Amino acid sequence: MTLLNQKVCDLDAAMANISDGATIMVGGFGSPGTPFALLDALLASGQRNLTLIKNDANEPGIGIGKLIEAGRVKRLITSHLGLNRTAIEAMNSGEIEVTFHPQGLLAEKIRCAGVGHGGFLTDIGISTEIAEGRHEINLEGGTWAIEPALQADVALVHAERADRYGNLIYRATASNFNPLMAMAAERVIAQTYRIDTPGNLPIDTIHTPCAFISHVVQVDHASSQQGACLHDL
Amino acid sequence: MISDQQRILTRAAREVTDGQIVNLGIGLPTRLFHYLPDDMNVLVHSENGVLGCRPRQEGELPDSDMIDSGGAYIATRAGASVFDSAMSFAMIRRSRIDVTFMGAFEVDQEGNLANWKIPGKFSPGIGGAMELAQKVARLVVLCSHNDKHGNPKILTRCQLPLTASRCVARIITEKAVMDVTPAGLEVVEVAEGLGIEALREATNATLLIDESRLGRF
Repeated sequence: MTLLNQKVCDLDAAMANISDGATIMVGGFGSPGTPFALLDALLASGQRNLTLIKNDANEPGIGIGKLIEAGRVKRLITSHLGLNRTAIEAMNSGEIEVTFHPQGLLAEKIRCAGVGHGGFLTDIGISTEIAEGRHEINLEGGTWAIEPALQADVALVHAERADRYGNLIYRATASNFNPLMAMAAERVIAQTYRIDTPGNLPIDTIHTPCAFISHVVQVDHASSQQGACLHDL
Repeated sequence: MISDQQRILTRAAREVTDGQIVNLGIGLPTRLFHYLPDDMNVLVHSENGVLGCRPRQEGELPDSDMIDSGGAYIATRAGASVFDSAMSFAMIRRSRIDVTFMGAFEVDQEGNLANWKIPGKFSPGIGGAMELAQKVARLVVLCSHNDKHGNPKILTRCQLPLTASRCVARIITEKAVMDVTPAGLEVVEVAEGLGIEALREATNATLLIDESRLGRF
């Protein structure tokens, strides 16, 4: 783990030494909470055969959509691709392999890895087609499917504020998968709009304690606000 | 003359009672937002991580960190909270959502629901639908009675992959309000001006109709 006083770095240093074939978790539900600046840096640094874990595939031309379009993604583990037509085409043509999980199970698989467990038992999806291939057990009169934990080499997360030690605060619906992924990877890289001096974040508002965080990178708002499919109700 | 969708949504709004926690599925159910009275103590849950969202008012600036699960910019009302995805689905799996409204490709008289996949045609992933359908306290389906080719969507038995089995309590279409019962679909109300025979012809399921108790909407 990175020492507390060595976590703040620039984009290039934070994203160095990610290898081809790495498994990378990416925060965000649609645009809010997506670490766009980190993803642009990943695109620029050229790794191939990536396995990405993200709730969705952003939209065509932004976020992980860019990486899929550039042919850099081998496998995507997700819950829904509804806002990204090009990702659906890449899946249908066999260009990327897609594994779908129900959204809450995807979150829980990640949470499980983050808290150091190997998996959990659930009754979600029993007797539907997503149950194919799952191991089931009988316990105390009920039937449960075993869901293994899901971990990654790297997690890329977005936080509203941080301090130099890596304590993180998320904002509104930009939280989503970020706090879960921030605990579930060997190396966790957080982008944020503002890096405070330790002691300046109100301690009872910190969502992710710094112990889980490897690198903190400051980004500006413009680099991280993208999304054309957002709309009014 | 109201449209079919307006008829469905106006009727569906009467399903929500003061004090409830409600989830609105993507598509037609999301528009129910605009039919709920402002003065009710109702919190709308969106599975991306908010309890207590509301539509933005005219002139209210969008907050780029505040969307619902369909990607619409929303705002929050008094009593709202925001949280991560694990917490959001804890509420769902623990049945703390009182009522969920969902669309359907097919729904059948046993209460089985298919709304996420048409093999070979439409498979963008299941999102949060499976956990909502399986665990919500009360699931109300809002959909057109027939597909765009006129084929019944209300069936004896769903053919498409299921979202969840035996999960639907009530179905509201532009033609009827139907409750799932062990003996078949009990027709509670029929749309104004629609005959019983026309309803039966548009439906491919066992309909239980007691004309003496039938309401109109």
